[in-house]
Amino acid sequence: MSSPKYKPATDLPASSSPIEAVAKTVASFSVKYVQFLDEDGRLAEDAPPFAQDNELLLSLFRVMKTLQLFDRKVLMLHRSGKMGTYTGTLGQEAVGAGAASGLHDSDVFVPYYRSTTDLYVRGVKLHEILLYWGGDERGSDFQDPRMKNDLPIPICIGSQLLHAAGVATAIKLREQTNRAVLTMVGDGGTSQGDFYEALNVAGAWQLPLVIVINNNQWALSEPNRKQTACQTLAQKAVAGGIEGVQVDGNDIVAVRAVTEAALRKAREGGGATLIEAITYRLCSHTTIDNMERYVDAREHQQAQKKEPLIRLRKLLQSRNVLNESIEERMEYEIKEEIEREVEIFLNTPLQPPEAMFDYLYAELPEKLQAQREEVIKREFK
Amino acid sequence: MPTITLVESVNMALDHELQRDPDVVLLGEDIGKSGGVFRATDGLYGKYGERRVLDTPLAESLIVGLSVGMASQAMRPVAEIQFMGFIFPAFNQIATAVARMRNRTRGRITLPMVIRMPYGGGIHAPEHHSESTEALLAHLPGLKVVIPSDPARAYGLLLAAIRDPDPVIFLEPKRVYRVMKQDVEDNGEAYPLECCFVEREGSDITLVSWGAMMHETRQAAALMEAEGISCEVIDLVTIAPLDIRTIVESVEKTGRCVIIQEAPRSGGIASEIAAELAEKAILSLLAPIGRVTGYDTVMPYARTEHRYMPDVERIVDEIRKTMEFQ
Repeated sequence: MSSPKYKPATDLPASSSPIEAVAKTVASFSVKYVQFLDEDGRLAEDAPPFAQDNELLLSLFRVMKTLQLFDRKVLMLHRSGKMGTYTGTLGQEAVGAGAASGLHDSDVFVPYYRSTTDLYVRGVKLHEILLYWGGDERGSDFQDPRMKNDLPIPICIGSQLLHAAGVATAIKLREQTNRAVLTMVGDGGTSQGDFYEALNVAGAWQLPLVIVINNNQWALSEPNRKQTACQTLAQKAVAGGIEGVQVDGNDIVAVRAVTEAALRKAREGGGATLIEAITYRLCSHTTIDNMERYVDAREHQQAQKKEPLIRLRKLLQSRNVLNESIEERMEYEIKEEIEREVEIFLNTPLQPPEAMFDYLYAELPEKLQAQREEVIKREFK
Repeated sequence: MPTITLVESVNMALDHELQRDPDVVLLGEDIGKSGGVFRATDGLYGKYGERRVLDTPLAESLIVGLSVGMASQAMRPVAEIQFMGFIFPAFNQIATAVARMRNRTRGRITLPMVIRMPYGGGIHAPEHHSESTEALLAHLPGLKVVIPSDPARAYGLLLAAIRDPDPVIFLEPKRVYRVMKQDVEDNGEAYPLECCFVEREGSDITLVSWGAMMHETRQAAALMEAEGISCEVIDLVTIAPLDIRTIVESVEKTGRCVIIQEAPRSGGIASEIAAELAEKAILSLLAPIGRVTGYDTVMPYARTEHRYMPDVERIVDEIRKTMEFQ
C-alpha cells in the first residue's frame, strides 16, 4: 500500500499537467464499421452490385443453412458417441461464408479451428470435416485440387496467423501478383503473441494478407470485455500499421464486400487488412462445453434475433426468390447431402496401423522401423 | 580449395544453395547487412539482395512461423535463430507446426525448411547464450536434429539439411566456430543425414560425442593412444533420429563405451544412447557404459562456466575408469 502522504501523479487533474500543456497529437486513428443488410433484412441503397445477384445470395444462404443443419447433426453424432469434440459455428455462418466466398482459386486459405463454413465454401467435403473432428488425420488431406496449397486446421490458437504471413511472404517474394492469402482467428486469438507478430510483419513487409477476426464474443467462457480494454478488435491493426475495419459479421453482404475489397487490395499490392467481424457464438465452445454455465440467457436470446440467416431470408423473400416451400426443398436436399457425408465418414475404415509412422518423414528413419513393425504385428496377431 | 573455419563453411554452404536453388531464402535477425552476429551470413545480402536474405522483425515465433508458411508453398526457408537460448518463443511453432505438418496433412503439405542456431557454452556469453538444449528438440517426432563438429561436415551436412524434404534443426557449435580450419571444397556434395561418422577406428573403447565436445573427445582419444588404449571415435552428427546401429556395431567390437555431451546429464541424448546400448549390446559390454556430461544445473554464468563444461581431463578419467573396470 502506498503512503497516503504521497498523492499518485495520475490523480492530478489533466488540465494542470505540464505534460498535457505541451503534448501535441502526432497521430490519430479511427475505426469504421460497415453494415449493408440490417437485422430486419433491409438492404442499404448503396450496397455493392453483387447484392442484386439473387443466385449468389441464394447459394450463400444455402451454405449457411447447410452449416446450421450440419452443426445440429454433429451434436447428435457426438451425443451418440460417434463423433469427437467439434467446434460449432452456429450463429457465425455469415463470417465464414462471406469471407471465403471472396477468395479466388489461386488464393491461399489458412483456416483456424472454427473455419468449418469457410472450408466448406472453399471446397472441403463435410465428411472430411467429420473425419478431422472424428479423430482421423485424413480429414486434413483435402481432396479438392483447388485446396492443394491451403493449410490444414490448426488447434494451437493464433499459430496459423504466422503461417498465413509466411504464405503471403512466399507470394510476395515470387512476385505473384493477383494472389492473396486469407486467414481467420477468433476474438480469443487476438490475445496471442503470434497475432501481434503477424500484424507487425504484415505491415512492415506490406504482405498480401487478409486476417478476419470471427469475433463471436467468447474465448471459450471468457467474454470479450474481460479479454481486452480495446473498444474494438479492429483497432489492433493500428499497432501493425495496417488497415483495420469492423463489419457486422451477421450481415453476409457486408462481410463479403469488405473481405473482397481487402483481398483485391492485397492482390494489387496494397498490403494487408484486419477485419473484425462482429457476431455471436450461439453454440457452446465445443460439443463438450456447456455454455449455460457462463452465458446470460437473455443476452443469448437477444443475439439469436440477430443471427445471419433471418435477415438474408427476409431479403430473399422480399425479392420473391425464397419462400417456405423453396426453403423446405432446400432443407431436404441439404439433409440428404449431410446424411450421405455422414455415411461416408462412418463407413471410412481406420487407417492402417503403420499410418502413424508413414507421414513423419519422407523416408522412415531406420530407428523407427522396428517400432513400425511392432505396431503392425500387434494389430494382426 | 579454401582453408576455412566452421562458421565460414556454414556461409559457403548457404551461398552454394542460394546460388543453386531460387527457392532457398534466408531469414532471421540481423542476417542482412550485418551478416549475422557470428557472420554466418556475411556477404550474402550483398550478393543475393533483400529478397533472398531477409532481415525479420525481432520475434522468434515469427521467424519460425513465417518459415512454416513459406515452406508450405514449396519454398526452402533457412531460418536463423540468433542463439539457441532464444528458441523458446518459437517452441510452440516448432512443436505444433514444424514437426507435424506432413503428418497432420497425411503428406499433402511438407515443410522443407531448416532452423539454424548457434548453441553451447564456453564463449563467456551472458545468460541464455550458452545452453545445450538439443534433447528438447530431439524428443519431438517429425524433426531431424543435426549437429556438425568440424568445417567439412558443417558444409556437407548443411547442404543436406537444406535439400532435405523435411524440417531440419541445424545446431552450430559456436565455441568451435573458429577453433579449427580445414580444406573444404565448395563442390556441392551433401553428406548423409542418416548416419554417424566413425572418424577414428579403435579396438578398446568407443567414444561417442557430437558438436563442440568432439574437440575434447578427439584430444582425449589421442592422449589415450599414447598410453596404448585404442579409442574408436564416433561423431554422432544426427542426434535425431539416432543412427544407433553404427554405435551398436562399434560397441560389439570394443566392448566399452563412453558418451560425452555438454548438455545436462539427465534425460539427454547420452541417456538415450546408453539405453539403446543396454537393450541391444549388453552382452558385448565388458564395463558399464560411461557418461561425461554437464551437470543437472542451470548453466553457470561466464566466470564459472568452466566448472560445468566437460573437459579433456574428465573424459580421460572416465575412459580410464571404464578400462580399469573388473
